Amino acid sequence: MCSQILTDKISKNMLSPKEKAEIDKAISEVPVRKAAGIEALKIVQEHRRWISDESLQDVADYMKMSPAELDSVATFYNLLFRKPVGRHVILICDSISCWVMGYENILEELKSRLNIGLGQTTDDECFTLLPNCCLGTCDCAPAFMIDNDLYRNVKPEQLDEILLKYK
Amino acid sequence: MERPLTQHIKKDGHPLTLKEYEAIGGYQALKKALKMTPAQIQAVVKESNLRGRGGAGFFTGLKWSFVPLDAPKPKYLVANADEMEPGTFKDRILLETTPHQLLEGMIISAFAIQADIAYVFLRWAYKRAASSIRSAIAEAYEAGYLGKNILKSGFDLEMHLHTGVGRYMCGEETALLNSLEGKRATPRAKPPFPQVSGLFGRPTIVNNVETLCNIPHIVEKGSDWFKSLSLTGDSGTKIYGVSGKVKKPGAWELPMGTTMRELIEVHAGGMQDGLKFRGALPGGASTDFLVEEHLDVKMDYANVAAAGSRLGTGTLVILDDQTCPVGFVKNLEHFFAQESCGFCTPCREGLPWVEKILNTIEEGKGQMKDLGLLHMHTKYLGPGNTFCALAPGAMEPLQSALKYFKEDFEQHIREHRCAYSHALATLEI
Repeated sequence: MCSQILTDKISKNMLSPKEKAEIDKAISEVPVRKAAGIEALKIVQEHRRWISDESLQDVADYMKMSPAELDSVATFYNLLFRKPVGRHVILICDSISCWVMGYENILEELKSRLNIGLGQTTDDECFTLLPNCCLGTCDCAPAFMIDNDLYRNVKPEQLDEILLKYK
Repeated sequence: MERPLTQHIKKDGHPLTLKEYEAIGGYQALKKALKMTPAQIQAVVKESNLRGRGGAGFFTGLKWSFVPLDAPKPKYLVANADEMEPGTFKDRILLETTPHQLLEGMIISAFAIQADIAYVFLRWAYKRAASSIRSAIAEAYEAGYLGKNILKSGFDLEMHLHTGVGRYMCGEETALLNSLEGKRATPRAKPPFPQVSGLFGRPTIVNNVETLCNIPHIVEKGSDWFKSLSLTGDSGTKIYGVSGKVKKPGAWELPMGTTMRELIEVHAGGMQDGLKFRGALPGGASTDFLVEEHLDVKMDYANVAAAGSRLGTGTLVILDDQTCPVGFVKNLEHFFAQESCGFCTPCREGLPWVEKILNTIEEGKGQMKDLGLLHMHTKYLGPGNTFCALAPGAMEPLQSALKYFKEDFEQHIREHRCAYSHALATLEI
């Protein structure tokens, strides 16, 4: 359902003037146009949450790349989303220090509170829950990020308050 | 005890502004460097024996010396700030708190190899670091430390911040260069080495953040001073870290060669009550376990290597006696299997196989012959059999776990279960 709604919303959109301006700036900083491909995908994702097939086609045209070539890049990187995500993306660190410090308890709490599993989005499209490699804050494990915010030394009893900020 | 890299970090953790950095003597080393020749700077750095702090420990001066100084421009310098080695959180501190120290190190290094374009390749997750580096670059341009004719020396350098989109492979320098070129982060064949043909086919040096932050201090105070900071033959200080179930996890800049025992017992406050030290990865996920008999090993490149592991990033991950070593290694191999770029077959196919076997053992469904399969993989995915160092790195904790925690693996198989009670252990925190 989620994917249907999001696809309908943007399928008719071409790159907006703002997106184009930002992509042009990225292109100006590199000697080869293609080198800004990742940056262009990031920009589109920032504006549209994720990169649909249509967005990918538009970016590929603009970058003078084939969609297949650009998609080989888009599907390689963990943080370029080729499937719809919610308004807020939770990235929970599942690497070694967080594992030792019991991140699995936090994960289970998040799953039950949001009623979704890893890789899924809540019905109201508010949250997507994704696993993530070491967030580089191992002395404050367990940790997760919601969008640009980092939460460290997280305890299960703090989750309600944290999630409420994004509702 | 001198702490050149971290002594000026503000208590509130906010980045030092340009004014604040200048007030503590910032950019004086750059002024000195611009009056030297590139060859003189390279000589000081070579003489200092500075080794790369990103994990591999290659001599920085030697690395620089492979760049042909007379090659036409453009030439590139890249700061590898894609800190993604599990258990590692040292560069984050430098990036967030003292961005100008990194920039000064980069400008001097760029001058020393006569590079005219510099990139900071920063991992996506480091949001505070991105903002501190972005402001610092703007301030440095404004003050004439970046741009055309820096401090009227005739030297030009432009600098850009590039934030990655998440892949462990980006830490490998040739994969990082592919990523900067907008491609998949797969490693390149060497030779040609990046120093000769790197970013966009031009001479390129990639250095770790902590490595670059040392440069201004070496230029300012000299190679003998830098050597004198260390307790052993490897020079300088090191930002060590400890994570896991110790009383006070954290990171500290200490003399190179500080023992593992001092790190754990003094700086990290010892193990949490009721827990015993069982082992540690000395420098991130891709290093061999060290165990109790190694507690007095001096943590430098040579001594950790002699103990059968690698200094790596110098950030310890501790395994305690109530955490399952099989589960611990399974977590590591899951990471490596997931982050394999898929470019070469042994790594792409071998790592998921290793993870599956470990999963089976952890679930109590393993057989004794599985241990033989794991041993086989540590050889087949070892150095020389894969395209880059990812899979051999992944095999380091596995091969040492099979050696030091053999009894645990066998017990899982014999008793068809994991005897550790993780749920209870974690609730006690």
